[in-house]
Amino acid sequence: MIPLHWYLLVAAGMFAFGVYGVLARRNAVAILMSIELMLNAVNLNLVAFWRYLAPTQLNGQAFAIFVFTVAAAEAAVGLALIISIYRNRETVIAEEINLMKW
Amino acid sequence: MAFTPVTFVFLLMSAFALGGSLGVVINRNLIHAAMFLMLALFGMAGLFILLEASFLAAVQILVYIGAISVLITITIMVTRRIMGTTESVNKQWPLAAIVAAMIAGTLGFVLLGRFQNVEPVGAVPDTYIAEMGKALVSHQGYLLPFEVASVLLLAALIGSIVVARE
Repeated sequence: MIPLHWYLLVAAGMFAFGVYGVLARRNAVAILMSIELMLNAVNLNLVAFWRYLAPTQLNGQAFAIFVFTVAAAEAAVGLALIISIYRNRETVIAEEINLMKW
Repeated sequence: MAFTPVTFVFLLMSAFALGGSLGVVINRNLIHAAMFLMLALFGMAGLFILLEASFLAAVQILVYIGAISVLITITIMVTRRIMGTTESVNKQWPLAAIVAAMIAGTLGFVLLGRFQNVEPVGAVPDTYIAEMGKALVSHQGYLLPFEVASVLLLAALIGSIVVARE
């Protein structure tokens, strides 16, 4: 059997990559892709803990299913916003969308 | 520990997941980054199968790879600009790398220190998918979150249509 902390280390690695992508990428769509990476890392954590500590209960999997649902809804709305910004501003670089900055 | 085929499959799927994630955040070409995202999500589905969460693996492939990644690729194609020599990272990327390394270091330290030698408590019951289906629509189960998630998806649907139309 694979030890639990291997799964958790993979999830931590994916989460760290997602954090770097959100903070460092310029393109807004790339930032959204990094947010999806972070959500997937959280899902892996949930399912790993469900399998190893409470496999007969349903809480872990139900939580993961609702994380899927919310991530899908948020990705759709975020991408619609990016398309709308591109129509108005001709750019999706996050630094150039600075109309409301100080 | 013994190098069984299960370990080999785990290492392969973890390589897909972590390599794909690295490809997403490094790549300058956005279509390549979307392809790497699909690879990472496929590795995650493999890890779900190893964790005996077969329903979640199928949902991951259907929803994440089949719908969200395709949506991201379509958005990349719609919002193309003349990609010249633009950089892929902004000017605060060293600080971002430090923050990400600190997060990974803290998590790794805690995981390697406190979570060693955790054995699976039991086996997954054979009927867990049927029980999950019944729990999603039963009063003592997850009926209310299920309906709230439906309303959330309806709101997201209407909202994205209103935001993205001409």
